[in-house]
Amino acid sequence: MALTNEIIKQRLTDKFGEQLTGWEEPYGLLTVTVPAELNLKVMQFLFDDEALRFRFLTDLTGVHFPDRKGEELNVVYHLHNMIDNIRLRLKVYVPVEKPDVYTASQLFSAANWMERETYDFFGINFIGHPNLVRILNVDEMDYFPMRKEYAMEDPTRRDKDDEMFGRG
Amino acid sequence: MPRPVQYNTKVKMVEMPPGYSGEGFYSTSFDKVVGLARANSLWPLPFATSCCGIEFMATMGSNYDLGRYGAERMGFTPRQCDMLLVAGTIAKKMAPILRQVYLQMAEPRWVIAIGACACTGGIFDSYPVLQGIDQVIPVDVYVPGCPPRPEGILDGILKLQDLVHNESLRRRSSDQYKGLMESYGIQ
Repeated sequence: MALTNEIIKQRLTDKFGEQLTGWEEPYGLLTVTVPAELNLKVMQFLFDDEALRFRFLTDLTGVHFPDRKGEELNVVYHLHNMIDNIRLRLKVYVPVEKPDVYTASQLFSAANWMERETYDFFGINFIGHPNLVRILNVDEMDYFPMRKEYAMEDPTRRDKDDEMFGRG
Repeated sequence: MPRPVQYNTKVKMVEMPPGYSGEGFYSTSFDKVVGLARANSLWPLPFATSCCGIEFMATMGSNYDLGRYGAERMGFTPRQCDMLLVAGTIAKKMAPILRQVYLQMAEPRWVIAIGACACTGGIFDSYPVLQGIDQVIPVDVYVPGCPPRPEGILDGILKLQDLVHNESLRRRSSDQYKGLMESYGIQ
């Protein structure tokens, strides 16, 4: 029997019950919110379980929601079951004052650099990461540039107007 | 039947600098001879990081042929070159490397910033991009455009040749030049 979103949801609910929230299926991609302290347990279960077999980490990234008090920062895991070709998305919310998430780098080696990138841009502190330093930005950078309080461009600058490039 | 031979009759020579000549000798100022030699044998060092580099490749190629101006051979070591062509966006992480390359070039050295990104950061008004390479190294000629056409790059190189041709031999030891280097923290 082919693995479906319903079976995955059923197995996860049987195991973790009410701790998993925010179930949704946008465009058929099963998505669930996991408490920050449970993220490794859930991923380990998904990895080990003989029916689920989510053994590939496609992507790991962060999102900043400045308006959600107490859960401003979000870490998103995209997992892939290569055997049944089914994908699953896990979300973990943490407060911006204490953005601590357990590292997935022991489970998926691919998480090592992805977590460094997420730390680099969003400042999420991956507990237990072997080398949590900046990976893309300059080492001297003292802020996390993808957080929403930093504007992409400086709107007060005049030297970038069209007329400066002969397009005025 | 002998193969027809074609001679290139359109070879252009640079003009002799003004001087005094007589039978068996010719005298002029050292400045002018050195300037002439330098301007017509610039050794380019391409530092191409993005799309402007593609335009620069066209400039080097046979259609536009940078070699016509005496800059025939690209040198890919800064120690042999005297014209640094920065073509493309320079990320802040790349800035120390660009500076290192500049420092490795021997005096006299010249720099051309090719394209909007190298000149001002271009459209990338953003935290990871250097807003113009003149924040880390002095620039002699700016070529605008996004990216500039090969004609634009050639024009920039001709402008630079003009600068090189007329540069005083004392310029590099002048207080003004030392002040400029000091403002970039270069000894």
